[in-house]
Amino acid sequence: MYDMKALYQAESVQDAVALRLKHPEAQIIAGGSDVLVQMREGKRAGAELISVYGLDALRGVSLEADGTLRIGSLTSFSHITRDPLIQKYVNVLGEAVDQVGGPQIRNIGTIGGNTCNGVTSADSASTLFAYDATVELTGQDGVRRVPIQEFYIRAGKVDIRAGELQTAILISRESYEHTFGHYIKYAMRSAMDIATLGTSVNVRLSDDKKYVERARVAFGVAGPIPLRAETAEKTAAGARLSAELAEAFGAAVREDIHPRDSWRAARDFRMHIAVESAKRAFAEAVRLAGGEL
Amino acid sequence: MEKHLTQYQTVCFNLNGKDVERTVDVRASLTDLLRNDFRQTSVKKGCEVGECGACNVLIDGEAFNSCIYLAVWAEGKKVRTLEGLLGPNGELSDIQQAFVDESAIQCGFCSPGFILTAVEILESGKAYTDEELRKLLSGHLCRCTGYENILRAVKKTMYRRLGRELPQE
Ligand SMILES: Cc1cc2nc3c(=O)[nH]c(=O)nc-3n(C[C@H](O)[C@H](O)[C@H](O)COP(=O)(O)OP(=O)(O)OC[C@H]3O[C@@H](n4cnc5c(N)ncnc54)[C@H](O)[C@@H]3O)c2cc1C
Ligand code: FES
Ligand code: FES
Repeated sequence: MYDMKALYQAESVQDAVALRLKHPEAQIIAGGSDVLVQMREGKRAGAELISVYGLDALRGVSLEADGTLRIGSLTSFSHITRDPLIQKYVNVLGEAVDQVGGPQIRNIGTIGGNTCNGVTSADSASTLFAYDATVELTGQDGVRRVPIQEFYIRAGKVDIRAGELQTAILISRESYEHTFGHYIKYAMRSAMDIATLGTSVNVRLSDDKKYVERARVAFGVAGPIPLRAETAEKTAAGARLSAELAEAFGAAVREDIHPRDSWRAARDFRMHIAVESAKRAFAEAVRLAGGEL
Repeated sequence: MEKHLTQYQTVCFNLNGKDVERTVDVRASLTDLLRNDFRQTSVKKGCEVGECGACNVLIDGEAFNSCIYLAVWAEGKKVRTLEGLLGPNGELSDIQQAFVDESAIQCGFCSPGFILTAVEILESGKAYTDEELRKLLSGHLCRCTGYENILRAVKKTMYRRLGRELPQE
């Protein structure tokens, strides 16, 4: 038995909003792979829960009329990885979430839970930052859209207001079009382990595939919340492809990241793998885009 | 809502091909429901925090750790446990027999979970490389066998079901 005070099961998004307003102390539970584990550990003992797990309307990936990619917040990791739209437009996201935990965790864990927990090591987060994703929240007054960089406030704290729940993650066409990306999860084990560092890079090359039109890089665990390394992005923008460029791109991430010491890894080591991962992920993204270094 | 008021709810679902119904405490995990109400003792309690896979069951064809799955979420779902793999007279299925033949079982605590993940793998009808199989099986801990025999049992059954020769190692 879980030590919960009460469970309210939302029947629809509107019902979830009503339940949120009626029980302001209650916590949302989606797949529960964070919430139930914390409850088992005693951290949320006695809490009231609002389950949104039954809201099938929030599952699945679709394209909106203007080409925006819409990922329902309850879509599980395994369904994201298998989704044809994800594979076509942001394959790197499917690859990133295919590195979460193990197969059973990828069947229960949702992308909504992975972003609402505000955790820097979340395997989806760096790629969503690197694609300038938008978070859609639904509340009493309808829908509110927040850039993912603003959605994260501090470690463990995201911008969800009274009565709201996250209903989708959106990636605009401008952001994903003609891009190729690569994610590197650095962890001590190849399964069932949390990232020591997560690095997500995506690039768009010029038509002749000799120049970088746009490059983006974001990290998890390089700071208290996921972050972009803009100095590296500027280094690559408009530059001619070369092996030196990959080196310079990697080296430049030092300007923007602030890893810390933890029991998982020392600060200097995280810095080292950040430089190396940025370089390798950049090289792989360029290769996928058909370019040569 | 009062502090210690217990909440009950009726769940209807399909267990190993049979429609069933139970009234459960909303605080129960699916492991609790399957073990206590349906005597599906193949569903083991290992870590109870989603790490070991001993409680794994198939829900609508996908593997889930039932220890971190609320019992009430089973509503309308098709749930399969190891008990559902047995033939009408208790005969072992091919994958269970392969675990026996390959000595993929020692204490047996991890086996039901592993075997149900194997069922999901086998029912996909695809041929996987060793590397892919290792990844697909990585959500389970075994403290006895060292995994190689488990991998071999799944691999041999996969080739048999696909009607192909097992490649020489
Ligand atoms: C064994 C194990 C291994 C794991 N390995 C990894 C890993 O390698 N990488 C990784 O990134 N994570 C890992 N996790 C953590 C977890 O699986 C993920 O964070 C997952 O995405 C959480 O999703 P969920 O739906 O289960 O979230 P829940 O536990 O249901 O919720 C998580 C948080 O988000 C909130 N929330 C959820 N959905 C919404 C919504 N729609 N609107 C508003 N708030 C919401 C909840 O209130 C809660 O605070 C692991 C967990 C376990 C148990
Ligand atoms: S008992 Fe459920 S994963 Fe260990
Ligand atoms: S056989 Fe004992 S844990 Fe696997």
